[in-house]
Amino acid sequence: MKLFGIFFAAFLINNILLIRFIALCSFFGVSTKIGTSIGMSFAVIFVMTISSAISWVVYHFILAPFHLEFLRTAVFILTIASLVQLEELYLKKMIPALYRAMGIYLPLITTNCAILAVAFLAIDYKYNFLESMIYSIGVSSGFSLAIILFAYIRERMALAPIPRWFQGYPIAFITAALMSLAFLGFSGMFGL
Amino acid sequence: MNLWKNFSQGIIRENPVLRLMIGLCPVLAVSNNATNALGMSIAVAFVLICSNCVVALIRKVTPGEIRIPIFIIIISTFVTMCDYVMHAYAPELYQALGVFVPLIVVNCIILGRAEAFAYKNPILNAFLDGAGMSLGFLLALVSIGVVREVLGAGSVFGVPLFEERIAATIMILPPGAFITIGCIMALLNRMEKKVL
Repeated sequence: MKLFGIFFAAFLINNILLIRFIALCSFFGVSTKIGTSIGMSFAVIFVMTISSAISWVVYHFILAPFHLEFLRTAVFILTIASLVQLEELYLKKMIPALYRAMGIYLPLITTNCAILAVAFLAIDYKYNFLESMIYSIGVSSGFSLAIILFAYIRERMALAPIPRWFQGYPIAFITAALMSLAFLGFSGMFGL
Repeated sequence: MNLWKNFSQGIIRENPVLRLMIGLCPVLAVSNNATNALGMSIAVAFVLICSNCVVALIRKVTPGEIRIPIFIIIISTFVTMCDYVMHAYAPELYQALGVFVPLIVVNCIILGRAEAFAYKNPILNAFLDGAGMSLGFLLALVSIGVVREVLGAGSVFGVPLFEERIAATIMILPPGAFITIGCIMALLNRMEKKVL
């Protein structure tokens, strides 16, 4: 039940894009087409799960025993950056179809703050290994849900008559506000 | 003249938040009151100016192939310093900003300026560029923070203006951030159309 609560809270109630405001650059950047947003979502699910596992191990077995917690910012970002490179090489060699589907989004993810934020938050919340895995799966599913829905709305919006000053980014922000309002409705479910 | 241009372009014309659309996450997340917004922009300004100066200082001895990891290490050093200083001297602010303090390290503004400007220019220009960009960031963040705090909580920098019960709480909740920044951008678009 506790694991379900962690997943649900990460997935809907504290949705990383619409409620926590993390990784907004990619939210607005790649959500103009449905295809690109689906590619980005899969790349995020894949990288976030693996990188949060690795950074949990690095923190609890290397940094904490030697009291090097102050190095966590530098260590995490370097771990994630090199991990993404490794994953790219591995996928290119072993699963070329998946590599083609993710394409350019893999390297972009290095600077996606959601990946780093999940690594920090899983430690701040004092999750054990299983809980932090469930948490990162929940966060990345929430990311995918929000970005794919947003891409569908933006594709329809391209044809809508919008006031001249609001064209482009301003109307995208107003749309995001309405989506965020809808997600706010989930707060308090299951007593979370 | 050139130096003044380095400083001033970040303020309005290439404002990182409202024009270039980078570094959005902290802007929306910590702008629920003006005090947090000011604290966050000071932290970003410190990291941006220091890392710009250091990158410009060592640009002649930095090998091109591994410049990005070097920039990241420089930036994360300053972020860690900022993190610990804030934790020690401003614990309440640190609590309110939460995970967004360590996340300054992946703020696109800082790595973007290191790569696009500081790596190619001498230290004085890089310092002015960092200061200008920080000022632009501060203006955007504090103006959003003031609008949200006035409408959502009926106060500015914690000083009450009118009764809290007639304030629209939605403005200090997440949707209020999106509405505010959308309207400010539309306003800027309108102003620009008028000037042209």
